Amino acid sequence: MIEHLPILQILVPMLTAPLCVLSRRPLVSWGLALTATWFALATSIQLLIRVLAEGTQSYELGGWPPPWGIELRIDLVNVFVLLIVTAISSVVLTAAPRSLEKEISSDRHYLFYAAYLLCMTGLLGMTATGDAFNVFVFLEISSLSSYILISLGPTRRALHSAFQYLVMGTLGGTFVLLGVGMLYMVTGTLNIVDMGARLGDLGPNRTVLVALAVIVVGTSIKMALFPLHAWLPNAYTYAPALVTAFLAATATKVAYYMLVKFVFRVFGVELAFTALRLDAVLMPVAILAMFIASTVAIYQSDVKRILAYSSLAQIGYMVLGLSLASVTGLTGGIVHLFNHAIMKSALFLALACVVLRIGSTQLNDMRGLGRRMPLTAAAFVGAGLGLIGVPMTAGFVSKWFLVLAALESGYWPVAVLILLSSLLAVIYIWRVIEVMYFQPPPDDAAKLTEAPWSMLGPTWVLVGATFYFGISTSLTVGVASQAADLLVNGAAP
Amino acid sequence: MVLLAFLVAITWAIIQLRDLFAAVMLTGIFSLISACLFMVMDAVDVAFTEAAVGAGISTILMLRTLALTEGRSDPRYNRLELGPLAVVVAIGAVLIYGTFDMPRFGDPNAPIHTHMVPRFLEQSSEIGIPNIVTSILGSYRGYDTFGETTVVFTAAIGVFLLLSDLRRGRRVDDALRDDIILRIGAKAPIPFIMVFALYVQFHGDYGPGGGFQAGVIFAAAIVLYTLVFGLAKAEKIFRRRRLELLVAGGVLLYGAVGVVSMLFGGNFLDYNVLAHDPVHGQHYGILLIELGVGITVAAVMVSLFFLFARRQQV
Repeated sequence: MIEHLPILQILVPMLTAPLCVLSRRPLVSWGLALTATWFALATSIQLLIRVLAEGTQSYELGGWPPPWGIELRIDLVNVFVLLIVTAISSVVLTAAPRSLEKEISSDRHYLFYAAYLLCMTGLLGMTATGDAFNVFVFLEISSLSSYILISLGPTRRALHSAFQYLVMGTLGGTFVLLGVGMLYMVTGTLNIVDMGARLGDLGPNRTVLVALAVIVVGTSIKMALFPLHAWLPNAYTYAPALVTAFLAATATKVAYYMLVKFVFRVFGVELAFTALRLDAVLMPVAILAMFIASTVAIYQSDVKRILAYSSLAQIGYMVLGLSLASVTGLTGGIVHLFNHAIMKSALFLALACVVLRIGSTQLNDMRGLGRRMPLTAAAFVGAGLGLIGVPMTAGFVSKWFLVLAALESGYWPVAVLILLSSLLAVIYIWRVIEVMYFQPPPDDAAKLTEAPWSMLGPTWVLVGATFYFGISTSLTVGVASQAADLLVNGAAP
Repeated sequence: MVLLAFLVAITWAIIQLRDLFAAVMLTGIFSLISACLFMVMDAVDVAFTEAAVGAGISTILMLRTLALTEGRSDPRYNRLELGPLAVVVAIGAVLIYGTFDMPRFGDPNAPIHTHMVPRFLEQSSEIGIPNIVTSILGSYRGYDTFGETTVVFTAAIGVFLLLSDLRRGRRVDDALRDDIILRIGAKAPIPFIMVFALYVQFHGDYGPGGGFQAGVIFAAAIVLYTLVFGLAKAEKIFRRRRLELLVAGGVLLYGAVGVVSMLFGGNFLDYNVLAHDPVHGQHYGILLIELGVGITVAAVMVSLFFLFARRQQV
């Protein structure tokens, strides 16, 4: 069974989704979904151990050798992404039932769990595959299910923002498909490793340049890189609280990984950065994203929206790491992917607790929350510190690597900009803290009970992880630096 | 080229038309012409799918949606926006620029013809069915097809989730009961459509066809029945619960084939191990997964139509 691990972690959630539909009972389908996600998490831990011990794992679907058949290819980079996606999915889903009761009628819960599992399946499938067209197939699964999940938000505006995301997301997917088609035309293969090798022999030409351009644009839309981010703030704000906690930590991260995979695996450093100067486009865009998004975040009055804009800024950091095209830079990018997933999902889960009790995430309604829901507010502060990048938290580690990488490549102004933009994060997180702790609760406020443990537990697990990975970096930095080395210098075993 | 010119003309007409009914009909024609275009390019299976899905079912679904909304688009949205136009023109220019270094169409030395295709063409000994497209979709890239089936399944879940609780208004009996000619005229072809669907389903190994097309055609028969005899009657046979069962069942059947091949010691979806002789195993595998695809697609199409049809104009 052990050799089937790569497919099992995709297959189990994928087949559990129809089982959820058959079960129809909210609790039964929750149980099924929970089993599937935790199983997938266990599988990806197992995979990580195997990849560390034995190197890249390849799994030939249908028994056909690549490039004829489709191959799953698990290396150090994507096993790391698989780990974070399965971990966040499991933790968020654990908190699901109470939060869902508030926002979705219970006769539809089984369909919700099915859609959740499908979204997870799509993300895992995109990450694990070694085949360029297969990426697109699973991109469709994850996109379609995330539109569904977002549209389930409590207000009618959720439908509108889901539709907005649908239009943008479909455009993004089409661009990716176009790019893959062009690459297939010039290389005659869909297998990513094979494609990379044949493209390296071919060298740059006009078709390859356009393929790179459309793939970068397509993935940038999916990960909401400034200025292609318009769908994200609404989608995050109006989606059910739980869905935001899940998607914010996974969907954009997998899109980022998709970009990394195409740029480094298919095009290669030589072609993408030396011949076609991708860094000249991505670096300014990333820096603009960091500043503009953080500044906009300061002026928002809905905490979910503040965090959504903050996500845009964080994506800027990750892309900045990529655009430096150095081992340290990419390490920073990948570590930040992992750390930000944990912190953001902790923050959004804390907000899910807030929604459960006061039914709103407006700053005004959260006055005095520090005393009314002390544990939730404290969790928010803990994860918020991570987001700012205070030492001893996970956020510090990844920003540290980004600053190092910028200095290493001789871009010292960029290093300064990273620090400056962190100051903006201090401002928008402080605004929330100030409202929660230093403003009196509204006079007509009803007595609140703390959120239930079924939700606080998962939130605090993530907050704990924020601090754990801020102190012990052997897992994150250790794996990520090896992964970055693999990507930049090639030499895949 | 003539066909391409037609496509451009139709697109222009669709943009200009204010009458949505006519626009929907034109999209149907658009699909049909695309199908012809695919035929000319020798992509028979793609053409078949386009004709069945694009020209057939999706036109019906759009018409059904139109019945719920106003038949005309708002003239306010007909202004010429310069910004988006510029973006679109720029992207178009970039894409055309990208075609300059592409291998010529039909060039036998192009990489797509020399790298993987030889093995696909000689696959008769490995898989043993004449239709190469089916063997690629069903076996070499069976995992992709599994993914696509899941996409269809996901779409169904979305529609179930979004439309199921929005039932309002009283149910109107929309059967065309009085029109005896239409009733008999429509009743006659239904069994033939269904038989044809089964033919397409099981003949996919030899000619163009397969689960996707068959599922859509089968669904078309049921949709026709519903249109003529009314939703209430059709729903007696196809209850929501049963449809959900079928929608999920098809995906599960597909997955089960893969899991069984894992239990027999192969990789996921490795049909070689399903029978003593690898070629037979491939046959069984492709037959079963196509059946899974057919079931899911048919059930999803019928559910989509029912859910739209059940909503009355508010």
